[in-house]
Amino acid sequence: MKSLHAQQHPLADTDYQLAVLNQAEATGAHLPAFATRLRETGLLPLRPTSISVMQINVGKMCNQTCRHCHVDAGPDRTEIMTRETMQQCLDALAQSDIAVVDLTGGAPEMNPDFRWLVEQISALGRQTIVRCNLTIIVANPKYHDLPSFFAQHRVHVVSSLPHFSAVRTDAQRGAGVFERSIRALRMLNEVGYGVEGSGLLLDLVYNPAGAFLPGSQASLERDFKQRLLREHGVVFNSLLTITNLPVSRFLDYLLESGNYTAYMEKLIAAYNPAAAANVMCRSTLSIGWDGQLYDCDFNQMLDLLVEAGAPRHIRDFDLAALSQRAIVINQHCYGCTAGAGSSCGGATVS
Amino acid sequence: MEKSTYYNPADLAKFGNITEWQPEMGRKFFEYYAEVFKDGALTEREKALIALAVAHAVQCPYCIDAYTSDSLQKGADEAQMMEAVHVAAAIKGGAALVHGVQMMNKAKELSM
Repeated sequence: MKSLHAQQHPLADTDYQLAVLNQAEATGAHLPAFATRLRETGLLPLRPTSISVMQINVGKMCNQTCRHCHVDAGPDRTEIMTRETMQQCLDALAQSDIAVVDLTGGAPEMNPDFRWLVEQISALGRQTIVRCNLTIIVANPKYHDLPSFFAQHRVHVVSSLPHFSAVRTDAQRGAGVFERSIRALRMLNEVGYGVEGSGLLLDLVYNPAGAFLPGSQASLERDFKQRLLREHGVVFNSLLTITNLPVSRFLDYLLESGNYTAYMEKLIAAYNPAAAANVMCRSTLSIGWDGQLYDCDFNQMLDLLVEAGAPRHIRDFDLAALSQRAIVINQHCYGCTAGAGSSCGGATVS
Repeated sequence: MEKSTYYNPADLAKFGNITEWQPEMGRKFFEYYAEVFKDGALTEREKALIALAVAHAVQCPYCIDAYTSDSLQKGADEAQMMEAVHVAAAIKGGAALVHGVQMMNKAKELSM
């Protein structure tokens, strides 16, 4: 499967995606503006609480081409962060008290400077989270030592595994991904990841393989723990449930499968003011592969930069100015406010 | 004009409207309904699968749509959902067949 970008698909154009999200009349449905709901909740303009996480997207290159990917990542994407831009991120980090750096992609490990970046973050005494797709660990012998590299730097590993069944996982992430993911999970377990008392955190991410919302995080975690242990001998720490946002390839899936309007209606009907108050963009700064600044990774993939007036590139980092910005919102934001809420850290409302 | 049919998928979303003509009973029903499907001695996923099986047994199209979505949402996979339908089929089939004993009893009663 090629990326939308490589296919020259209309949805590879972010203006077109935004037009789809904002043209309710084209779908025949009335989808109220997210801004209206936020105003009713008393949260407009939406502002940061405190910036505690720097999320760096080190590139769109990936060994997988998942059907729901909001990044439109894949082997055919070549946009990756240079060491120079990474250094600018580190300079910004050094002048702030941001405690956590969340590395995402693509497959972040495919960036040739990935390990260097993790070492520098460690040297600054900050916590690294890596959003590891698991299969990268077994994709090539040069990645087989990633579990021990992660352990050496006490990296918090967060990995996607949309289901404990091979059928549902492969439907979303590609044929054979479940089996390779289980192999990678065993390698992580072997060095202590997910093992009680090791202090090495391994969290799994569940996101629905289709046009429905995630169920209860606690309930799904129980099922995942039981099934993965019983059937594969795999252990992990927490399950994070994440709602799919109507962006890029998941938007394409919704439109192609005829589920778009019903899915948006589902998100809107499930709008939860408590989840709106806890959205992750209030505590996260998102940095693109080219150093540009965004309110979140989804805004990044829609080319929605932080508001004009705030610094828009990491070389111009100014925590005070960024802390006062109004967060840019659009219709896709309904994905983070539905039900128990959704963020890179899972549900936001217990 | 809306197409006339006994089952309109859009009617599922209007289920709550039954309270308009009898608010007290409707409200009590929905409160009870919400309580039933909470995590308890059975998980939410197990309850969704039971509901899916019952939906097939009572052949309610609204319920089949609703509990297919709900089962997926609660984390069930295709194999679990189809096994739930087989449980319904086995009980429905068994319920028919077990009456064969009554048929045999009656036939024997009437026969030489």
